[in-house]
Amino acid sequence: MEIRFSPVSPVSVAGLYDTLPTKSRAAFLNLSRKILKKIAASQPSFLQLPPAMRILSFITLTLTSLFVLSSCQKEDAVTVANRENILILGNSNEPKGLDPHRVSGVTESKILRALFEGLIQDHPTEDFGTEGGAAQSWTSNSDKSVWTFKLREDGKWSDGIPLTSEDFQFAYHRILNPDTASPFCEMLYFLKNAKAYNTSQLGYILCGLDKNFPVSWEEIKAIDFGANDKSQNQLNAVGLDHLSNAELKKIRAEVDTFEWPAGPTLQTKQAILDRLIAYHDDGKPDLWSKANVGVEATDSHTLRLTLRGPTTFLPQLTKHFTWYPVPKHAILKYGKGEMSAYFTGWTDPGKLVSNGPFQLKSWIMNQKVEVTRNPQYWDANNVKLDGVRFLPIPNLYTEARMFKDQQLHITGGLAAEVIDEFKLKHPEQLRQEPYIGTLFYRCNTQKENGHPLTNPLVREALNLTVKRDKITQLILRGYTPASSITPPMDSYQPPKGSDYNPERARELMAEAGFPNGDGFPTLKILIASRETARTMAEAVQAGFQEDLGINVEIENKEWAAYLTAMREGEYDLAAGGWIGDYLDPLTFLELWTKGNSNNNTGWSNEQFEKLLVESGNTPDIKKRNALLFQAEQLFIKDNVIIPVAHYSRNYLIHPAVKNYSPLQLDNHPYKQITLEPTPPVAKPN
Amino acid sequence: MFKTILSRAAQGLITLFILLTITFVLVRLMPGSPFTEERKLPDHVEQRLAERYALDKPITTQYFKYLENLVIRQDLGLMIKRERTVKEIVVQAFPVSFTLGIASIGIAILVGIPVGVISAVKKNTWIDYSSLTVAMLGICLPSFVIGPLLAIFGGLSFKSLNVAGWGSGTDWILPSVTLGIVNAAYIARLARGGMLDVLSQDYVRTAHAKGVPLHRIIWKHTLRGGLLPAVAFIGPAFAAMISGSFVIETIFQVPGMGQHFINAANDREYFLIQGLVLFYGFLIIAANLLVDLAQVALNPRLRNT
Repeated sequence: MEIRFSPVSPVSVAGLYDTLPTKSRAAFLNLSRKILKKIAASQPSFLQLPPAMRILSFITLTLTSLFVLSSCQKEDAVTVANRENILILGNSNEPKGLDPHRVSGVTESKILRALFEGLIQDHPTEDFGTEGGAAQSWTSNSDKSVWTFKLREDGKWSDGIPLTSEDFQFAYHRILNPDTASPFCEMLYFLKNAKAYNTSQLGYILCGLDKNFPVSWEEIKAIDFGANDKSQNQLNAVGLDHLSNAELKKIRAEVDTFEWPAGPTLQTKQAILDRLIAYHDDGKPDLWSKANVGVEATDSHTLRLTLRGPTTFLPQLTKHFTWYPVPKHAILKYGKGEMSAYFTGWTDPGKLVSNGPFQLKSWIMNQKVEVTRNPQYWDANNVKLDGVRFLPIPNLYTEARMFKDQQLHITGGLAAEVIDEFKLKHPEQLRQEPYIGTLFYRCNTQKENGHPLTNPLVREALNLTVKRDKITQLILRGYTPASSITPPMDSYQPPKGSDYNPERARELMAEAGFPNGDGFPTLKILIASRETARTMAEAVQAGFQEDLGINVEIENKEWAAYLTAMREGEYDLAAGGWIGDYLDPLTFLELWTKGNSNNNTGWSNEQFEKLLVESGNTPDIKKRNALLFQAEQLFIKDNVIIPVAHYSRNYLIHPAVKNYSPLQLDNHPYKQITLEPTPPVAKPN
Repeated sequence: MFKTILSRAAQGLITLFILLTITFVLVRLMPGSPFTEERKLPDHVEQRLAERYALDKPITTQYFKYLENLVIRQDLGLMIKRERTVKEIVVQAFPVSFTLGIASIGIAILVGIPVGVISAVKKNTWIDYSSLTVAMLGICLPSFVIGPLLAIFGGLSFKSLNVAGWGSGTDWILPSVTLGIVNAAYIARLARGGMLDVLSQDYVRTAHAKGVPLHRIIWKHTLRGGLLPAVAFIGPAFAAMISGSFVIETIFQVPGMGQHFINAANDREYFLIQGLVLFYGFLIIAANLLVDLAQVALNPRLRNT
């Protein structure tokens, strides 16, 4: 552990005393004796005190004098950091790890973006801007389903080894490898066959993709390879892909113990089973080479990505950390040849090899992560900072105090209560910028028949009674009222949903059979006790009570219990939020497809899904956005969620930080940021 | 004497075992699992992870496997959400909490005992009333009030003190003062009570009559007996202090053990919770044993039992 002593600390004072010449020491002792005697004289009872008290007084005196002494000498962290050209960032939590394939949070992404660089990097001022990162140039085919990236010839890892397209291929292989169990693997499902490989769809990979297999995939795809929930047959309920070797062998012996669709002949069935059994007998080897996933290193510096369909926003996607390269040589070295091994320590300081503007310098748990300039970075000359220090500060109030005490440049967040203070005293240090996310309430539409929430009229009435303006103004400070799930983006303006309209809401309630709220059951709003969730729920509750005359209770649960209740559908209304992963409406709309594990409302709509699929086959950006708009309109019209507000990123920033422009994803490229301290001013209070 | 220690140690072991078993069951009864995240993990990923930590096995199998690892390999297990072992966490965080705990208990004793003794000696004078009032305030004001107040007044007015953080040489002062003050208040009240009790004894009156000076009566004749209640409190309080405080640690940004207790429960870090509870239990038992020994040293009447 690194311990830095301030210029005058008790320890250094003791050391100072030792270095004094004997004469001065005697003088010092004499002086202290005199002082003690004086105190004793002025306070006759002092000598009558127990010795412990005398010691205490002495200690108190010494400590006080030390504080006074040292207070004139210490510089604050920001001043030192400005001189050393290091940016200090508040970063909410201790990162779970620095392996891009084993984390999924914003906290980690902030650090990873300093260490690694994807094919395309974030633009410092434009949300949709694209600047070459590890790739110098890129092209796509006419329908945007095949993209070719030309990597920089001078791209290197921080240990000097050249960065090649093979590192990218390795990275995508690793994150999709089922053994890696990556929490964020779904981000790569845009690649052709990636999902099949990641979810081990054995039948499809071993039979469907193999050209030597006697029959085509079309003829056999009706077979229950995956789990079939509706089947009475236990084997079908599991699905061929997930059955054990013994079970497969049993089926092979008696083919009819499994339910087959009409079509495949006995030979075909046997051939399929033989393939699967052979795979199990082989000890379940990695299927990467057979899965034909759409990533190909055509030469050392050319990477070709084949996608599952037209993907106009691929450049936006590749800015996400799941699309970053990882150092093949280092991972295999520390993993002893195994890409998915745990506890290899490849991300430890001193071992972590990265390709971004910075490299890892130190990582002290719950204290800091520090990165320092990477001299091997291709654009090292244009990196302005010499380092970035990330402090994991979960408590917003502590963070604000540390900011006032000049201990960090930019806070990770800001408690609503502190906003007014800074608006008044230091408006130049307060920033409130749109952030790509939406706060909403889910309505549970999977309730038993006849429950009011299954009635769209009731849901619409509830939606019409939420005072979004008041809530954003008074509680959520800086957030903007939302009536759609997707926040407005440069190229996409979401459809307009419900505004506050109590008269219409009362009409709808009457129409639904609950005039003045008569006969309406008590609803519960499920919340997790985080930040402003409770105040917001109370505002909504009051609105329902006043405008519709219905009773609502607030059910507060601890975070994991809240998530569990929501997933299991044990709620009426549930507070929720969603932050977009990339700049495209799809990251918000995909949630509401049938079976999406974050849907949790029970809502699904065939037309909605059809529109999403169609948009996925549309290479034209305008047409595609129009389709997504239609889909969102459908979703909004059903009032499955009650949108409340679009997020705002509220934070404090030190005046020395320059080139830190508002960005919707809050992904600020670090290399353009500069520190330009102005002459010292009085400490803000 | 030796026998007593041995039997206490044996009792301690049994206590630890029961504690461990109860914790093991309780953490698994909590809703959710270590894999409950805001963005739900894909099912196949969750299954793969559960297999890795043997969480897909029946609870009894898990329990015996855990015991086996613990007893035979002295292995506290792995963290589930990050690539670290439970031991690593304890090894990293305990020294920090220990430093802070020692400083706080030092402050608590150095402030609490003299204040308590003086109030007892100066019973029913303004000194007594004012120190009692302050002690009462110290007990009533929770550390999440004292902490931020001290951070604002101490940290923002003294340049040498940081409002929060860990790493510079003076960073231990504010958190340990906060933690110390609350305990000093308790100790002061206990010390006062104990001293009052002893000071009203006949032998003390005799000593006064003999003309023994007051400081000698306190120091030589009454302090040992008067401090017994405070010492009994100090043991477990010490164990609690060196194992960290969540509130203090989040207010002052200290990388200690306290936050792990809370975060481990929130994150359903099964093995970490078990490891920490075990460790804390061990500390409490050890501290109580030490208190017993200290009381024997202070009270001769206990020596023959």
